[in-house]
Amino acid sequence: MKITEEQVRYVADLANLSLTGAEIARFRADLDGILDHVDKLNEADTTGVEPMAQVLFDADPDSALREDIVIPPLGNEAALANAPQSGAGHFKVPKVIER
Amino acid sequence: MDIASLSIGSVRESLLARRYSAAELAAEALKFAEAENPRTNAYLHFSPERALAQARAVDDQIARGADPGPLAGVPIGVKDVILTKGVRTTCGSRLLERFVAPYDATAIQRIEAAGGVILGKTNCDEFAMGSSNENSAFGPVRNPVAPDRVPGGSSGGSAACVAQGTAVVSLGSDTGGSVRQPASFCGVVGVTPTYGRVSRYGLTAFASSLDHIGPFGRTVRDAATVLQVMAGHDPYDSTSAHAPVPDYPSALDGNPKGLKLGLPREYLKDLTSETGDLIWRAVDELKRLGCEVRDISLPATEYAIASYYVIATAEASSNLARYDGARYTVRSENSGTLSDMYRNTRGEGFGDECKRRIMLGTYVLSHGYYDAYYLKAQKVRALITRDFARAFEEVDAIVAPVSPFPAFKLGEKVDDPIAMYLSDIYTITGSLAGIPCMSVPCGKTADGLPVGMQVLTRHFDETTMFRLADAYERR
Repeated sequence: MKITEEQVRYVADLANLSLTGAEIARFRADLDGILDHVDKLNEADTTGVEPMAQVLFDADPDSALREDIVIPPLGNEAALANAPQSGAGHFKVPKVIER
Repeated sequence: MDIASLSIGSVRESLLARRYSAAELAAEALKFAEAENPRTNAYLHFSPERALAQARAVDDQIARGADPGPLAGVPIGVKDVILTKGVRTTCGSRLLERFVAPYDATAIQRIEAAGGVILGKTNCDEFAMGSSNENSAFGPVRNPVAPDRVPGGSSGGSAACVAQGTAVVSLGSDTGGSVRQPASFCGVVGVTPTYGRVSRYGLTAFASSLDHIGPFGRTVRDAATVLQVMAGHDPYDSTSAHAPVPDYPSALDGNPKGLKLGLPREYLKDLTSETGDLIWRAVDELKRLGCEVRDISLPATEYAIASYYVIATAEASSNLARYDGARYTVRSENSGTLSDMYRNTRGEGFGDECKRRIMLGTYVLSHGYYDAYYLKAQKVRALITRDFARAFEEVDAIVAPVSPFPAFKLGEKVDDPIAMYLSDIYTITGSLAGIPCMSVPCGKTADGLPVGMQVLTRHFDETTMFRLADAYERR
């Protein structure tokens, strides 16, 4: 067994995901099987190989930069239009700090 | 007018000959698509106001004698992970059921600037995670060719609407095969361009280093025309490439003579099914067209799925963190504290596959596992990319299957996530390397199920890929 239910609960906590008891049992089994396959990675000889984080192209180092000009942003109203709760130009969330 | 058999070229010709107006076509196409949609559930919702306004603008241009653009009046379906301003964009998720996009994706802006008419948004696996379209919160899509079977995924709706004739072309997104595999299952052309060829601005992020927008069409020429319109650098996506965009449609000369093609033995050695027979027959036809065929080796292929499901889920777990109940329409009713809001919104909102991938991605990035899983997977990704680079020193294109099998039955694999992941083996390698790859139909099984042949080429060499696929299509 590669992963325990306790570890699944810990990972769900890191991911801010509430899971039911049944889900924890199911995902433990699923993750166990997937991680078993993922172990295949250990068979690959990667000595001296640099990790590849992006598909990189030959480009000038500054090619991702642009002229420093103001471009109209989305705007407060449009950005808040999908908010479950908003007010005074902000997203509203439950109280974080008790007075 | 026969909506289901239109092409980009036939629409253009008819509009310029004034056989019908773009507005008439849009109205007819919408009526047809709405009537036919219950057969497949390919579209999630339609955008008639936007479509008709766009069609009228095309008619105005034609009336003024101006060029209405390369996609003038063409009815298009768009996968519901691509933002369309003022139109719902659900990503196939309950979490975004009411989300109305506040801006247009760059690809959408370019499609409309070229005269394209977006009829509506197409069904897909939730947040583009799946290989069968069964992970949509709004019901699966049925394969138009065989209604008891899946259309493939995750861009199942986009493949199905083109196969069904309820759009001439469509847009999908591909992270590990989500355009090519459904194209193969539905018998249409599906293209994953070079990573960075098309801006990802406005494409809902799944795995940012692997995500692509790609077109579907009933012909190679139609798909190439759509890619032409979307391709090119975009200041709103710093990973979009500055490389010049060649004229794809004009390169389709029907003559692939002298092209050197590689057949990767790792892809073909176990392929003894009907799919294998059809691929081998296609290879024989390519030889007859004058291509030179060579045996090649891509030795790191066996590690591809492991590498992909570490990298893609790691990136997904970060990208999907934003659906926390604060900003995107849905918030759990059990949101007493901030922490409850996060946990319960996500726990109640995400479907099983998204949760599974968020969990796997969070696990492989967590303390103590990062080096063993994530870093190792990135090194293996480099090996896979190096395999392709070596192969392309010898050959101009690689020919391979898209999927080990044709469309499977609805429900057949839904309870076995690993079997589902393993079926992505032939598409994932090209995604990891970021090279252009596409699926072109190469016949049907005895049961009448379509099979796709995959063509892969060097970074930014979509031209050779299209030339080969087009010549094969016209054989």
